[in-house]
Amino acid sequence: MSAADAPTRKPAPPGGAGDERLLHRSLARRLMGRPELGSVVGAVAVFVFFSLVAEPFLRPASLSTILYASSTIGIMAVPVALLMIGGEFDLSAGVMVVSSALVSSMFSYQMTANTWVGVGVSLLVTLCFGVLNGVLLTRTRLPSFVITLGTFFMLTGLNLGFTKLISGTVSTKSISDMEGFASGRAVFASHLTVGGVDIQITIVWWLVLVAVATWILLRTRAGNWIFAVGGNADAARAVGVPVTRTRIGLYMGVAFCAWISGQHLLFSFDAIQSGDGVGNEFLYIIAAAVGGCLMTGGFGSAIGAAVGAFIFGMASKGIVYAQWNPDWYKFFLGAMLLLATLLNAWVRKRAEAAT
Amino acid sequence: MAAAVLAALLGASLAGCSSTGGKRAEEERAAQTAGGKAAVHTPRWTFAMVTHSGDGDTFWDIVQNGARQAAVKDNINFVYAHDKEAQRQSQLVQSYIDQKVDGLIVSLAKPDAMKDVVLKAEKAGIPVITVNSGAEESKAFGALTHIGQDETVAGEAVGEELTKRGKKKAVCVLHEQGNVGHEQRCDGAAKTFKGQMQKLYVDGTNMPDVEASIESKLQADPSIDAVVTLGAPFAPTAVQAREQAGSKAEVDTFDLNAQVAKGLEDGSLGFAVDQQPYLQGYQAVDLLWLYKYNADMLGGGKPVLTGPQVITKKDAAALQEYTQRGTR
Repeated sequence: MSAADAPTRKPAPPGGAGDERLLHRSLARRLMGRPELGSVVGAVAVFVFFSLVAEPFLRPASLSTILYASSTIGIMAVPVALLMIGGEFDLSAGVMVVSSALVSSMFSYQMTANTWVGVGVSLLVTLCFGVLNGVLLTRTRLPSFVITLGTFFMLTGLNLGFTKLISGTVSTKSISDMEGFASGRAVFASHLTVGGVDIQITIVWWLVLVAVATWILLRTRAGNWIFAVGGNADAARAVGVPVTRTRIGLYMGVAFCAWISGQHLLFSFDAIQSGDGVGNEFLYIIAAAVGGCLMTGGFGSAIGAAVGAFIFGMASKGIVYAQWNPDWYKFFLGAMLLLATLLNAWVRKRAEAAT
Repeated sequence: MAAAVLAALLGASLAGCSSTGGKRAEEERAAQTAGGKAAVHTPRWTFAMVTHSGDGDTFWDIVQNGARQAAVKDNINFVYAHDKEAQRQSQLVQSYIDQKVDGLIVSLAKPDAMKDVVLKAEKAGIPVITVNSGAEESKAFGALTHIGQDETVAGEAVGEELTKRGKKKAVCVLHEQGNVGHEQRCDGAAKTFKGQMQKLYVDGTNMPDVEASIESKLQADPSIDAVVTLGAPFAPTAVQAREQAGSKAEVDTFDLNAQVAKGLEDGSLGFAVDQQPYLQGYQAVDLLWLYKYNADMLGGGKPVLTGPQVITKKDAAALQEYTQRGTR
């Protein structure tokens, strides 16, 4: 997409998603053009495969465990997908989750405050991290890979340094006997029983986030801006898209979801290990990439990221249900990523040829 | 011509044989390890072990070897999974509960994160034994017993040994930031050590960095006369760092492996404190079997300790053989 291709009549976004909403095509054609199509095919394949090789895989209790595992990745994969559609990366997303939980826990404990105060402070602090990432990116013009690699290391160090300084150990102290913990647990880490099956609340959070993100992408001006910025930032700026604001907003979205994930960690496990979270940022990126988000930006969907997280959850737990040797797990993960991405590319080529 | 070339090649390959080490020596050693088949006629139960180990961890490999050996003997289908992240470790336990295994072996490095899921296992009627870490929490979570080493007690043993050896200034090298057990080891050592004890944090996933950190520490303070590493793979690295820094410090370590046994024998290492990982795996499976078969439980409600065992030069020779076959 070059600047010359950008429409000048009205600020409609350049990039795939914009075009397809202007044309009326058959349903099959429309489905072929969806970013998540490849990943849905992949998810069905993985599901059928594990149903055949792992006997406990199809039990309701097992599926609820798989969905929970998917949701813990999926909640973060949604904003990371939006960010990738906007053409940027966030390598600090994994440790930011733990930072958020640490701030919340330690603030409540040290101030002997109601845990909701800690939760609120944590939201502000985590959003500040997001703003910091966004502002650094837009001010310095350095690649987001470099910027967020820097903040990733800084947060990792802050997590440990502050926890040691304040708590005297490497994990936070228990806050489960404090006021507000029970209601916090109800919001962030409760279990619902649906038809005799235990459903974790994170699954609900996840689905709501996917729905909201999809609505933003497909039905709002902000969604058009995200596609435009990721497709071609200069062209987008030329037609009046607030590029800087969009980017900072995307990083704040990642921070907001990191806060949700962090509060879930805190309220379900009570004590937080300061060293956790490192490496998870890649799982979020993998989920988004498997779900059809392009590494170069401008194309992808939140539903795809959800499907990517679900594939990840199925594979990671399916290997356990099949009682395979877990030594090979990472190998399967990598192979799956390659296959899913190849499938995506192939489906897109077919779709483009068909239109 | 061709025959001459072939003869030359054969000759070269024969001359290229090593009379020591390599695969052949390993096969000879493997012949000495236990194996065999089930010695009992109890039903084929499935026992699952879920630990907080990272990928490719020597220590947990030995634990597994012990567990697998006991499983063979007790006619058990043994399955194993691990994740260093607390949240995912608890998910793994949950997935074994879903499978309705007959027994669970869990390490509680992050006890708070594991509490709910361990209670859930017991509610589902699955007996749980905790291993390696979580001695304090084990009983509170309703586990049958705990098998492992009290990290503080092990640390104290190190402190006493250092004092006995007349050391004045020691460095405790922590290779995993955020590991509570490691902190307890160093704090325990500092408690009983009459000299001065400092902590040094290094990145255990990056060996060159570990060496550089220890080296710069020794260069910065020549009066350091003891370095204590918390894992066997880090002891040889600390020895290298000592050589590079030209320091006289003695290197001591927690845990054991083939290199440490060799180091103890040739005097490059002072002593090692072992917690006998093979025993942790073996006993966990065996005790679960005893419980299922005969409702027996060892330990009288107290943790069953597998350490600390202080190992010095005089024990090293016998242990070398065992470390090489992966059981010590």
